[in-house]
Formats: sequence, structure tokens, C-alpha cells
Amino acid sequence: MSNKERHWEKTKGLMMLTLAIWFIFSIVIFMFGESLNNGSFLGYPLAYYMCAQGSIVIFVVLIFWFANRQEKIDEEFGFAERGEDE
Amino acid sequence: MAEKFINRKDFINNLPRIYGTYTGGFLIFIILMAIAEQAGMTAKTIGICFVAFTVAIYALIGWISRTVQVDAYYVAGRQVPTVFNGMATAADWMSGASFVAMAGGIYFGGYTYMAFLVGWTGGYVLVSSLMAPYLRKFGCYTVPDFIGTRYGGNLARFMAVVVLTLASFTYVTAQINATGTIASRALGIPFELGVWVGLVSILLCSMLGGMRAVTWTQVAQYIVLIIAYLIPVFWISNKNGFGFFPHFMLADEVARLNDLEATFGLVKNAAADIKAAGVPGGLKSISVPHSDVPAGGMAAWKFISLAICMMVGTASLPHILMRYFTTPSVKAARKSVAWSLFFIALLYTSAPMLATLSKISLLDPNLPTGLIGKPIAEIMQIEWVNAWVNVKQAFIADFNQDGILQLNEWFMRGDVVVLATPEVAGLPYVISGLVAAGGMAAAMSTADGLILAIANALSHDIYYKIVDPKADVRKRLLVARALLIVIGAAGAYIASMRITSILGAVAWAFDFAMSGLFFPLVLGIWWKRATRAGAVAGMIAGLGSGTAYLIYVGPKFMAQTPWLGIDHLRFGIIGASVCLVVMVVVSLMTEEPDSATQKMVDEVRVPSGKTILGKAH
Repeated sequence: MSNKERHWEKTKGLMMLTLAIWFIFSIVIFMFGESLNNGSFLGYPLAYYMCAQGSIVIFVVLIFWFANRQEKIDEEFGFAERGEDE
Repeated sequence: MAEKFINRKDFINNLPRIYGTYTGGFLIFIILMAIAEQAGMTAKTIGICFVAFTVAIYALIGWISRTVQVDAYYVAGRQVPTVFNGMATAADWMSGASFVAMAGGIYFGGYTYMAFLVGWTGGYVLVSSLMAPYLRKFGCYTVPDFIGTRYGGNLARFMAVVVLTLASFTYVTAQINATGTIASRALGIPFELGVWVGLVSILLCSMLGGMRAVTWTQVAQYIVLIIAYLIPVFWISNKNGFGFFPHFMLADEVARLNDLEATFGLVKNAAADIKAAGVPGGLKSISVPHSDVPAGGMAAWKFISLAICMMVGTASLPHILMRYFTTPSVKAARKSVAWSLFFIALLYTSAPMLATLSKISLLDPNLPTGLIGKPIAEIMQIEWVNAWVNVKQAFIADFNQDGILQLNEWFMRGDVVVLATPEVAGLPYVISGLVAAGGMAAAMSTADGLILAIANALSHDIYYKIVDPKADVRKRLLVARALLIVIGAAGAYIASMRITSILGAVAWAFDFAMSGLFFPLVLGIWWKRATRAGAVAGMIAGLGSGTAYLIYVGPKFMAQTPWLGIDHLRFGIIGASVCLVVMVVVSLMTEEPDSATQKMVDEVRVPSGKTILGKAH
């Protein structure tokens, strides 16, 4: 496998992992909203809390994490951009 | 002079200082207004000052950012730093609907409505992992520019423009509608005139400087709208002793609402009763629980399907995707998505809190602001009730003729939750003026992004790439600006006819975009085998089937029974599925893309190296 192909394999892996986490917190947990609401967080019913704040906060953290991981992958295979830093 | 100033490298380095000063200036303006209010300035004058002052600032930024260069006009010269692009995207994203209608939606719809919150944030995960960095590497000016180059041929490009125009235009009329509503209220002019005032304000921001001007005004608008949203939330919470930091401290109030719902009873009024009582259109009473999850698999599916439509739609909306064309690098585009969602989350996590505060203020009989259970004659004496009833935004229908207000007898328009909560909670009028400025900023920034997305696609993809590829820069930018005016005027004209409520139309925009654009974009990057014929067939079939289904179930069209609960807000599920199947089948039936195209896709997948399309194209 060429360098490019290995880079793409790892990139794909990260994409799938990111989307799996996304799928859990955007869809799977709300399939069980009714039973989830019996639990609580900070005193709020849990399903209510997850759509009011919980999932949103998780998405923010997830995207920052994803961006950092992808930068590492790009550096590992020598595809990081140079001289164009923000 | 100004042109030179904004082109200099130290302009970018000085951004934190420039916007810091701006924020400080805005806060001082709020304080001055508060002092003026104490000194006897009328509510009306304060409202006019807030809207006029902020719009004048945006117009000034728009004028300073004017440009005669193609890449500055289309992609802000690709030099917008991550955090600032995040703020601009957040303003671009949070529309009049988010600002004005979202808390109201939660107020009436409770948990069920909050599927929108999940949908409108979760979509950014798709944007960052599937789209933004790759489109940035491509170096396109517009979204159809990517489709047209990746798949080749004018038909693919043209179809992408069709989907973009349909989705964005559906969205933009709602935004112009919102600017009209706010302008008419704050300035005390008729709605029809307010719409045109709103449009002029919008065009002042974008016409001279295109994407560059829109970027720097959107940052300014974000600052205004977030201050305007957060101040009332924190103030009301602290004033009424609900908690210092409402986001973490409203659990008791949420539980209390649950009890109150049980005490008052959640009654769904019969349509005939509502009609007989003469309740104005668009006004609702509370009939669903605040935090309870409705029982059953169908309810869960409706929640999830709405979230899916909004998420996939987010990742297909061109006015959002094109914001990531403006960053200096691929890496910056990725980080910028994260910052966008961070800035969006500041407002979105506050909306449920505002809805809770507003609901408890009106419902709880133990609070001085509570209305339910009080004599109607007494309630009609309250100044804010009187004012909102007079403009048909609130209504009391004494169904059981007992002279006492029941929960199901209090009707209100959703927008009132944000616009009236400061008055309801007894905050000074300066806060209401601030909220009006925030709502105006939210609607204007989104309208600007949308009108620019459409005008750029028409001027770059249709005029320059298809009709007249030899046009010089001056002519291209002239056409782009003329289109901006034409599209804005068309949107304002339709908005002034008041066709649909704000939110119905907004959800449709997401469904249109996902039906026609999501899979052609994703597969264009992630599946080399995707062919031109497949993409064209997918776009036509997806958009066609989605639109046909919308007409079939739409309550204003054929109003047939939805299939599997997929109603008119969710028609994108049908459109996108058809698009995927058709695109894959047709791609596999046609010859695989040539080696040049495959090589291009390989190049898109690595961040380093030159963009596919040149700096100016």
C-alpha cells in the first residue's frame, strides 16, 4: 500500500469512529427517550437534558477531538500543510 | 484608504483588538440607552435607536470591506482565521427562526420540539468529518463549482444550482419575513414596508464586498445577537431567584412545570372551538408536556426522523458549506467547524432555559408574573398583555365562561416568547430593544449568507462558467451584484405577501438541500466510482421525488396521510434515499470516471499541496 492509501485508510477509520459516536448521541439514545427520562442529570430528566444540552456539548467536544486526530494523521504521513497556519 | 487597510496583513492580526473594541462600544451603547431610559426616553425611541445604530454599524463594515477582486468577493480572499470564521458561521447559521422562534417552539412543543436542537447541532459533525475540509482543498468558489468540476459537464453544475436555489430561496423568504417583523415593530412601520427596510439593510452589508463584507458583518452580528440572547436569560433567572447560572440550575423549575401541567391539565382545544372563539391564526396554547417524553415507538421515530432531516440538511446547505471556503487552510477549515458549533451551542443550550423561564413566569400562580388562574379582567389590565393582544400576537378565549384564565385559554404566537419575555419578567425596556437588535442581527446575517449563496452560484456557475466564460472581472462582479439585488427583491416581494409561517419554510429548506445535494457531495469525495450520469440522475430523482412527496403530504397542498409518519417537515428522508439509490445504481451502470477525475479525487483527500481549482478561476 502506498503512503497515500495508508493515509486514506486511517482517515476513513477516524471518520467512521467519529460518525459512530455521533450516531449514538444523535439517534440511538433518543430511541430510548422514554426510559432514559427516568434517569436524571443535574436534577434534570435525562432525555430532556440530553437534547437540551448533553448531546450538543458532546458534538462540540467530538468535532474538536476529530480535528486534532486528523491533524495528527496528516502529520504522520507527511501530508500536513506548511506555512499556512492561522 | 479603507481598501488598503483591510488588505493589510496586520488587519488580520488586529482582529481581536478591533472586535474587542466593537464589543466594548456596544456594551457602552447599551448602558447609555439604559441611562436614557431612566431619564425618560420612550420605549419606541429606544427601539429605533437600537435597530438603527446596529444596522448603521453593519452598513459601515460592508462599505469598508468593498472590493473589486474576484477571490475577495467570492471567498473573502481565503484569509479568515478559524475562530472568526466560527463566529461568522454561527451568525450565518442562526437565523431569525433560531433567535426568535426556537425558544417559542420549545415553549409550546417541549421535548418533541427539541429534536430541532439535536438536528441543528449534530449536522456539524457531518460537515466536519465528511465535507468541509475536502471542499476547502478543492478550492471552489461555490458548492455547484465542486459538483461541476468533480463530475464534469454543465448539466451536473446546472442541477446543483437548481437545488441550491430552491433550498436557499425557501429559507431566505423566511429570513426577510423575520427582518420585516422586527423592523416594523421596532420602527413602528407597517410590515410590508418593514420587509423592504430589512432588505435594504441586508444589501448594504453584502453588495459592495461580497463574501468579505458578509464575513466581517456576520462576526459583528454574532456579537450583538449572542449578547442580546444571553443577557435576558441570565437576568431573568437571577432576578426571580431561579439560579445564578440557569443552564445548570433550572432542574427545580423543570420539575415544577411538570407538576403544574398535572394541576392545570393539558387540554388540546378542538379546532371548532378555536375558530368559534376567533383566535387569530398562528397563535397556540400549551398542550404538550415540557420535559416528558411522549410514549410509543412512533413518537420516538418522529423525533429521530426530524433530527436526521435537520442534520443531513445542515451538511448540504450551501450557505454554510461555503463559509469553510474562506479559511486559510484545510486544517483551519476543520477547526473552524468546531468553533462554529461552539458559538452556536452558546445560544442553543440557552434556548431551552429561556423557554423554561418564560413558561414558569407565566404559569406559576406563586409568582407575581403568573397569569394562569387569575381573573381575565385583571389580566387584561396588565400593560404587556394588552399591547400584545392589540397586535394579535396574544389572545384570551374564555371557553368555559368562568372569567378565570385556564392554561388552554391563553393563546400566544411562538415568537412572543423571545420578544416579550423581558417585558413579562419586568426587565427595563432597554433589554427589549436589545433583543430586537439581536433578532434583527440573526435574521440579517442568515439572509445575507443565503442571498450571497444564490447570487454567487448564478453569477459564477451559470453566467461565468456556462453562459459567458470570457467575461472579465469587472463584468463578472457587476453581474454578481445585480443578481444580489434581483434575488433579494424577489425574496422581499414574496415575504411581503405573507405566505407561510417562519418554521415550516425553514424545515423545507433542509429537506430540499438533503434531497438533491447530500449524496452527490459526499459520494463525490468518498466514492471514486461515482459518475457524472449517476450524480445528475441522483440529483434529478432525489429532488423530484422529494418535491413530489412534499406536494402529496403538504397540508397546504394535497394533504394526504403521510407514509410512516414522514410528514411535510421530513420529506427529505424520501428524497435523499431515492437520490442515494439512483446515484449508486446509475453510477455502476455507467463507465467509471476517467483517470484524471480519479486522480483529482485522490488529491482532494490529502490536505497538503495546491488546491484543485486555481486561486482565481
